[in-house]
Amino acid sequence: MSPWYDLMAEYGMALDEDRLEDWVELFAEDCDYRVVTRENVEQELPNVLIWCDNKNMLRDRVESYRQVNLYNPHYDRHVIGPLRKLGENAFEASYSLFQTDLEGVSRLFSVGRYRVEVTGKQIKTMLVIADTGAIPSLLATPI
Amino acid sequence: MKVDWPRNDYSRVPFHLHHDPEVYELEMERIFRGPTWNYLCLEAELPKPHDFRTTWVGDTPVIVSRDKQGKLHAFVNRCSHRGAMIVRELKGNAERLVCLYHRWCYSNAGELTGLPFRQGLKGEGGMPKDFDMRAVGPTKLKVESLNGVIFGTFSDQTEPLDQYLGEFGTGMVKRFFHKPVKVLGYSRQRIAGNWKLYAENLRDTYHASLLHEFFVTYGVDRATQKGGVKMDERHRHNMNHAYAASDSQEDALAAYADTAARLDRMRLRDSKLLQFKNEYADGMNLAAPVFFPNALLIQINNTIGTRQIRPKGVDEHEVFQTLFCYEDDDEAMVRHRLISANLVGPAGFVSMEDGEAIEVVQKATRSGQHTHAVIEMGGRGAVKDETHRVTESPIRGFWSYWAELMGVEAPNGIR
Repeated sequence: MSPWYDLMAEYGMALDEDRLEDWVELFAEDCDYRVVTRENVEQELPNVLIWCDNKNMLRDRVESYRQVNLYNPHYDRHVIGPLRKLGENAFEASYSLFQTDLEGVSRLFSVGRYRVEVTGKQIKTMLVIADTGAIPSLLATPI
Repeated sequence: MKVDWPRNDYSRVPFHLHHDPEVYELEMERIFRGPTWNYLCLEAELPKPHDFRTTWVGDTPVIVSRDKQGKLHAFVNRCSHRGAMIVRELKGNAERLVCLYHRWCYSNAGELTGLPFRQGLKGEGGMPKDFDMRAVGPTKLKVESLNGVIFGTFSDQTEPLDQYLGEFGTGMVKRFFHKPVKVLGYSRQRIAGNWKLYAENLRDTYHASLLHEFFVTYGVDRATQKGGVKMDERHRHNMNHAYAASDSQEDALAAYADTAARLDRMRLRDSKLLQFKNEYADGMNLAAPVFFPNALLIQINNTIGTRQIRPKGVDEHEVFQTLFCYEDDDEAMVRHRLISANLVGPAGFVSMEDGEAIEVVQKATRSGQHTHAVIEMGGRGAVKDETHRVTESPIRGFWSYWAELMGVEAPNGIR
């Protein structure tokens, strides 16, 4: 389990330190990263907020954030809970994601869980199931 | 309530209209509970007898339900007894809807059908003998469905739905819903801004290619493409639209030289989310008809859906988006639509910015309520359809109709 803890520590920290390019490097080339909401999952609906079905789509999203998209200037803070093993290469964990604006006001942005499948030291699939289906303001930087 | 319009063509809009709680309460009464058709949900979401679903009209909670015979009904989700929300779930299937507080029962048509201890116990207590259950039922909405899109109105004065939507409005509903649909799911975006800022945003074709640079950079939509704005006669509804691949790279480069120098050099490594498989006779790759007061149909390439504006107080609203596919789509097409969904919604490449733009307007105008917005792009005076999109005159059309319903038209105000 210990390499998984290291992986998830880096996952959260890379996002919180605005190292989005490093975050991308945690994924395998044939990865699948999806952000969905619990409301859809419970109704067995396939809708996605974000779906990158390979690493190039993750690279594109990060590049678009850096150069093209405009969003609320903020800091992220991920608090990732204990990991629960789901299988040989899979685990899940709860997360809380707080956002802090440039004047230092923090708010709870999203809570939910990660379902992760790893291949070697990299993430093969990352399914983010957000309990917080009513996205405050907008969702840019990844959960 | 009085509004001091600086100009009769609504090219100046006072900012206090986004902050005044009295204005908000009056809007709920005169607009959302007034003579307007509000989008409720889709028939595809309640296919079977006794299916129900909860929604909102303005900030009024509403139940939409199908009775045993399949007929659609809508009524206020508030118990006649002491005002509790009758249905707390998002959806379900039940013959009787029962309030949790004192178990008052309602039919799918919104009629009060029973209540516990009505006769009392052993001759004691109970309701008065002449208590009339029919007299106290929840307020009902008139319901009409057009190609499976369900609209509701609280007012007896509202014109028939097809007249209300007008020729282009009904035409667009029939275009989007030309065959049976299947819901792919929902997204919700909570924006800390007055609901009218979103209504304006949907009528503002000027911002689309400027705020949403993704549109331009990757050539999804640029003002240099063929397209325009269409409105109904009363200018309350609007459609921004564009035709795929109808401009040249040279024209686009010249037009956006100042704003997007990266136009020519950035490419997506995986461009499948930009693929457009034309599926409509008109060839449009972008169509966004907006219906006063709360609805939008949205097509960006092959992602298709509805959006509903749900006001949540004077300074907040939810944008509730329902994405769908067609029932006869194959697996690959459904996957393509879901990949295209990266473009829209709270995390959408061409929509996320709206949340931020609206919030910074709400923040900055709080202290500028004595001042007003300047809306002159596309010209002053009469509001009319255009075959270009360098305009925001549909916003003036919105305000003109808003002012009419609110009873605060400008002296000699345009319509």
